[in-house]
Amino acid sequence: MGEIRFMKGNEALAEAAIRAGMQGYFGYPITPQSEIVEYLAMQEPNHDYVLVHAESEVASINMLYGGAGAGSRVMTTTSSPGFSLMQEGVSYIACAELPCVIANISRGGPGLGTIQASQGDYFQAVKGGGHGDYNLIVLAPNSVQEMVDHTIMAFELADKYNTPALILTDGAIGQMMEKVVLPEPIEYKPNKPWATTGKTKDRERNYITSLYIKSEDMEQKNFKLQAKYKEIKENEVRFESYKIDDAEIIIVSYGVSSRTSKKVVDLAREKGIKVGLLRPITLWPFPTEEIARLSKLDSTKFFLSVEMSVGQMVEDVKLNVEGRKPVYMYGRTGGIMMTPEEILEYAVKKYEEG
Amino acid sequence: MLYEMIFAGFGGQGVLSMGKLIAYAAMKEGKEVSWMPSYGPEMRGGTANCMVNISDDPISSPVVNEYDVVVALNLPSLKKFENKVKKGGILIWESSTIKDPPTRTDIKVYPLRAVELANTELKNGQVMNMLILGSLVKLINVVKKESLVVALKETLPERHHKLIPLNEKAIDLGMSKV
Repeated sequence: MGEIRFMKGNEALAEAAIRAGMQGYFGYPITPQSEIVEYLAMQEPNHDYVLVHAESEVASINMLYGGAGAGSRVMTTTSSPGFSLMQEGVSYIACAELPCVIANISRGGPGLGTIQASQGDYFQAVKGGGHGDYNLIVLAPNSVQEMVDHTIMAFELADKYNTPALILTDGAIGQMMEKVVLPEPIEYKPNKPWATTGKTKDRERNYITSLYIKSEDMEQKNFKLQAKYKEIKENEVRFESYKIDDAEIIIVSYGVSSRTSKKVVDLAREKGIKVGLLRPITLWPFPTEEIARLSKLDSTKFFLSVEMSVGQMVEDVKLNVEGRKPVYMYGRTGGIMMTPEEILEYAVKKYEEG
Repeated sequence: MLYEMIFAGFGGQGVLSMGKLIAYAAMKEGKEVSWMPSYGPEMRGGTANCMVNISDDPISSPVVNEYDVVVALNLPSLKKFENKVKKGGILIWESSTIKDPPTRTDIKVYPLRAVELANTELKNGQVMNMLILGSLVKLINVVKKESLVVALKETLPERHHKLIPLNEKAIDLGMSKV
């Protein structure tokens, strides 16, 4: 077993990035993710990575683009308004097909909003965020341990598919402390023959761009990207089920809300109401087939999307339920975290309405 | 075994630290723990709190609505959380500075003159939070006192280790007052 520590989610993410062999970090402080920048700055003298405290999120994402293009294992982290600033660069990196990791420890919006935890960035994360036809691999950790596991997974998936991977979680998971088991550090050896590391005599010039001025070229690029996204959808869907087999009410929830929802399942079952939880671990690709399957079961009465927003993921749940069962949504915003009791009350009300 | 607790008071009274310490001690005893702080404007001069869950099993929700234990170190916290103590649960409150006592009768209420005791008997008001922790571990069998001392050693930076005996004294004093 690895080293056990008591850590904040943000610190755990930072430590995991170091252990994953991260070579470059570019970031700008913003609550509630500043501990990541602080931790990495503090640890920098003991490791080999480059850390740049950028002048803005726009600078961070473009440094990330450069670092990834040079073939390094690189990361940036931010929180909601900062992630909005990064969108142009994210779209460029997706088009240029460069592996890198981005984390959004999200807070309440819109606007400058609040520094408290929120899940209002779902659309931005899974529907593109920036311009053009692209997707990010989106992982949604719901514990401090998963901040470690998903960070390592994000680097691996990014490298596997040459695409940016996003860790989308909330300020609550970033700020809370839990026990973590840290893995042994990986000795990372990049194998990126396409990287712009300086032309040598024995190979052609490497060229990285997101500009395809000829329409035919741009369309071919899109075909290539879509083929890659199809492969990711086929191979990388991850989710977790809890007491789902005989459930009449299926809660769909991710991040810190899925923790609260898990408690709702147990509280409801004490009352004799069969509730189950489906937790998407990858928000993109979304567990579409599992939701469709559950919606076809006779035992399923309705779905309930639980998220700290006015209703974003609920749209993807509906898309895959395809009208077979009712889909409801319960959420709070502004950084207010739902309690298990209020979710249960809403679920019971819907259950009794039939 | 699942203990759902909240520690609340003014920023600077050490509520976040005491929550961290008890969670760390429980982790060292092999238990599952979660520590969820309030962060932002409320910890800069206002009321700060942290929710701590300690359990034999993996913890589902780090956020709860009612608590087995509430520790209130200032009046706003007492007013806010007195009604959130589970029936039969424990409320510890700082009774040398809070002048408005709690009124519930269906919970176990423990007033503790921690600020005064820390100042008069230990000549250091800052260890008031450790005094409260001492009382807490005496009242409920959540972690051993020895584990708290281990937690102090492992979480305090080396330069503060000279303060560990004083902190231990505060824990003992707290234990003797309930």
